[in-house]
Amino acid sequence: MSSLDAIKVAVEGIPAAADAAANALPVLHEIRHALDKLAASGEPTVIDLSAIPFGPGDLKQLFATLGKGEVEASVNAFGETRVSETQYPGVWLVEHFSPQGNDLATHIEVTRLPSMLVTPEQDIADASAALTLRLQQDHD
Amino acid sequence: MTDDLTLGERLRQQGVSRRGFLKFCAATASMMALPPSMIPAIAASLEKAKRPSVIWLSFQECTGCTESLTRSHAPTVESLIFEHISLDYHHTLQAAAGDAAEHAREEAMQEHYGKYLLVVDGSIPTGENGNYSTIAGITNLAMLQEVAAGAAAIISVGTCAAYGGLPHADPNPTGAKSVEDLISGKPIINVPGCPPIPTVITGVLAHYLTFGTLPELDGLRRPKAFYGQNIHDRCYRRPFYERGEFAETFDDEGAKKGWCLYKLGCKGPTTYNACATAKWNEGTSWPVESGHGCIGCSEPNFWDAGGFYQALSEPTGDAGGTLLGAAAAGVAAGVAAGVLNRRSKADAAEAHEKITVEDLTRD
Repeated sequence: MSSLDAIKVAVEGIPAAADAAANALPVLHEIRHALDKLAASGEPTVIDLSAIPFGPGDLKQLFATLGKGEVEASVNAFGETRVSETQYPGVWLVEHFSPQGNDLATHIEVTRLPSMLVTPEQDIADASAALTLRLQQDHD
Repeated sequence: MTDDLTLGERLRQQGVSRRGFLKFCAATASMMALPPSMIPAIAASLEKAKRPSVIWLSFQECTGCTESLTRSHAPTVESLIFEHISLDYHHTLQAAAGDAAEHAREEAMQEHYGKYLLVVDGSIPTGENGNYSTIAGITNLAMLQEVAAGAAAIISVGTCAAYGGLPHADPNPTGAKSVEDLISGKPIINVPGCPPIPTVITGVLAHYLTFGTLPELDGLRRPKAFYGQNIHDRCYRRPFYERGEFAETFDDEGAKKGWCLYKLGCKGPTTYNACATAKWNEGTSWPVESGHGCIGCSEPNFWDAGGFYQALSEPTGDAGGTLLGAAAAGVAAGVAAGVLNRRSKADAAEAHEKITVEDLTRD
C-alpha cells in the first residue's frame, strides 16, 4: 500500500443528468426532418457529428435515444468501420476508426443503405476479371 | 522515386481498398469541416491530386505549432496527407543539418519556383536589422523575403506568424512582425492559435491538395470553415449564458454544474476558432469543457487584450453604443462582438473599458 492511498479523496462535482446542456435534441429534430425527406423524395442525408458542439453526456444521450436496430455490420477497410441501424429504420450510425483504432469520423446517415456497405462499381468489374482468371487457371 | 504518383495511386499502392479510400475521403471532409455531401467531389479530386513541394520556415517561435501537428490525433489520415506532400525543408524535423539543410531549401526553391507552398511558424524580428534571429547566418527577415518570392501561396501557422503573437506583445523588444505585415502580392492564409488545432493545420493542407486553391477566408485571412463562428456561438455552455447562469469562482456550485465561464474571463464571445467542435487530445475535451475560459489565442494581440481572468471588455468608441444597443435588442453579445472583432486588427490595440454582464444581458 503506497502512502498515496492514505490521502482521502472525495469525488464530487460530476454534473447530474438534469444539468446536461441537452444539445442532442436539435440533432434528433434534424434526423426527423431527414427521415421525412427520405420518405418523400428518396433523398438521403449525412450528418457529420464531429461538426456539432456537444457537451459532456450529449453524445451518450443521442445514441441512447436512437437505440439499436436490426442490422449491425463491420467493414474492414483502412481500419474498422461499424455500421448499425438504429431502432428507427432508415437512421444509421456509421463510426469510422483508423487502423490504430482511433476515431476518424462519426456520421448519422439517413438512407436505405449507407454508402460504406455498397460495393464500389469498379470493384465489381475487377471481381469479375479476377474470378474469370481464377477459373481459367483452374481449367488449365 | 514515387514522386509523380497521384494520391489515389499512392493509397492503392499501400493496399487501401476503394471502400477504404471512400472512408479516407469521409475523414478528410470531416477534417476540412466540409459537409458530407462533398465527399464524392473530394474523392474525385483527391484521386488525382499531385504531390506539392512544401518549404516550412520556423522563425521566432516555441515549436508548439509543430508539436501540435506532429502529435495530432488522427495520425493515419494526417500522415497520409503528410506523406503526400513533399516536405522539402523543415529545420526541426529534417535529418539534414547545416549547409546540407540550407542546400535542400535552395534546391526545392529552384526546382519548384513559383509552385511550392511556403508554411511559416513564428514571427519575424525586424529590430536591429533582423539580427535577433538568424538561421545559418541568414536573418529570418531575409529568408522569408527570399523564399516568399517564389511561393505559390503562404500559410502562416500559429498566432505568431499570423499576427505577431507572443514576441509581438508589448513592449515587443525584437520588433516582431507577422508574415502579412512584411509580404505583399502573394496569397496569404492565416491559421492562428497558440497552437492551432492540428486538424485545422492539416485541413488547410488537405484543402490545397484537394482543390489546388486556398479555402475561403475571413477579414483576418483565416479559413472560414474553421474560424467562421466564434467560440461562444458554438459553445455547449451557451444555454447557461442565455439563462444568466454563471460560475463566479472556479470552485463554486456554478463551476461544478458546468455553468457559463463568462464572468471568469472567458474570451469565447470575441474569439473565432473551431475548439468547440474539433476539440483537443483525440477529441477528448477543450478548455471550456475542462472548466477554464477561452483565452482567445487565435485573435490578434491576445496577450495584450487584458487579463485572462478578467471578464471580457470591449473596445470603446463609436462601435461601443452599437454593441450595447444590439445586446439590449436581444441580439447575442457574441454576434455584435464578432462584428467588432472583424474590424481592422489595429482596433484591438485601442483602450479597453470594462463592461459588466448586466450591460450585455439587460432587457
